[in-house]
Amino acid sequence: MSFVNFTKTELKNLFKKPATEKYPEGPATYKETTRGHIVNNMDTCVLCSVCQMRCPTRAITVDRKAQTWTIRPFSCIQCRRCVDNCPKKSLSMAKEYTEPDVTRTEKVFALSDRQKAALAEQARRAAERAAAAMEAKKKEMAEGKKDETKKDETKKDETKKEDGASDQTS
Amino acid sequence: MASKRSVIPFGPQHPVLPEPIHIDLITEDEKVVEAVPSIGFVHRGLEHLVTKKDFGEMVYVAERICGICSFGHGYGYVNAVEHIMGIEPTQRAKYIRTLLFELSRMHSHILWLGLMADAFGFESLFMETWKHRERVLDMLEWATGGRVIFSIMRLGGLRKDVPDEILKSFLPELDKIEEGIRACEKAFLSDPAVLSRLKGVGYLSKEDAISLGCEGPFLRASGVARDNRMRGYAAYKDVDFDIITSDDGDSYGRCYVRIQEIYQSASIIRQCIEKIPDEGIYVPIKGFPNGEYMTVIEQPRGGACYYVHASGKKFIERMRVRTPTFANIPALAKTLQGCDVADVPILVVTIDPCISCTER
Repeated sequence: MSFVNFTKTELKNLFKKPATEKYPEGPATYKETTRGHIVNNMDTCVLCSVCQMRCPTRAITVDRKAQTWTIRPFSCIQCRRCVDNCPKKSLSMAKEYTEPDVTRTEKVFALSDRQKAALAEQARRAAERAAAAMEAKKKEMAEGKKDETKKDETKKDETKKEDGASDQTS
Repeated sequence: MASKRSVIPFGPQHPVLPEPIHIDLITEDEKVVEAVPSIGFVHRGLEHLVTKKDFGEMVYVAERICGICSFGHGYGYVNAVEHIMGIEPTQRAKYIRTLLFELSRMHSHILWLGLMADAFGFESLFMETWKHRERVLDMLEWATGGRVIFSIMRLGGLRKDVPDEILKSFLPELDKIEEGIRACEKAFLSDPAVLSRLKGVGYLSKEDAISLGCEGPFLRASGVARDNRMRGYAAYKDVDFDIITSDDGDSYGRCYVRIQEIYQSASIIRQCIEKIPDEGIYVPIKGFPNGEYMTVIEQPRGGACYYVHASGKKFIERMRVRTPTFANIPALAKTLQGCDVADVPILVVTIDPCISCTER
């Protein structure tokens, strides 16, 4: 009776719950590990552009002047490379898939007011340090110290300070 | 009186074809006398991208050569570049690669069974097999985060570890999949209606299979014991498995080989979970690749060749992929000769055509 082989399976299926989800009538379910879409926490983002450089499809654009972080969901391949490389752990992967759309939209996120203030404060401090370093240099030049050894020492100090300042601004 | 010859165009758009391939069927009455295949509808120029993408970023492109064997393509490229750079991944990375490779093989073969059932008009069997494939996709999603493109491969190892708890949770899932496939196997291999569509259809002799350069289950169904996994790449040298062959040489044999390979893959996955060592998954890489390498790996559809030529720069000079479908097309043309027009969809499906791979 080999012809009834599959009939058994079919009859069993009649009395089982459906194997598929009734989407969109019910909510879609995702695994905890699913790579759905990229989320950026604009309270911690420092607009460092590492995600922009690492993105294999160049889907992310960081605009430091306008203080915005933009992603093109249609270009993003959900590879998680930006999340792995984010130095501030600001980027994360949400498990829900990207929302459907009819146009190739860009999603623009502006920094939160708190983060804007924090970055402005950082930039102000850095500018102050740089100005102080310049002032010290001018003073030394004016004093006319021509001793070679002393000059070298001051140069080293200035470059160190400048390096520190540029780190803070980036 | 000699019957009149006519040409029936088959494809590139046809209900049985998931991807575009065009075949001109030269027929006499209901018999196919000659088949002339032509491809070239989905060429995307992916090989050329290797000169424009950083050699690390190219892994993402290689994975996108095909949706079904995406892991294999990523592995083939990474394997070639790792050999050029002299990198030896850790054992854990090798085991996880093997495990994911076998899960890919399972889902590819189960997908094929569904397409085959669809080709001979057994819709409920098609849906039943794809129900079991869903379980495999869920396992892959648990392990990697992706259902089709896994993005877990990286030069020097893996981008993400698969925790032992997740690996252990695969064991009961594998049992359920095997149980489901056993129920479907009865329909595929012993149902008289199905057998009438498979037995003796598209016979290919052992000699023809070798001389036409077939690959994969299509070759093994003609009785040739050739499997590139036996070369021992990744962790295949540490697991026990045999080459599955069939002496039938027809569509039934191809069905049998693929069903048995599903069980074999489950067995390899169990061995991997049992033997997997606890260590790091990534070896840092230094510098740029300089040299050339050619590797052959066993994709679900057969042996795929990967050639990489690098000259010590950020961008690799040349990458070439030879896919199993390309190797199987001449044999497809041979098996189509003399068959009925009604059997053409089944025969096209039996080589498990992947045209996106073939044209890249």
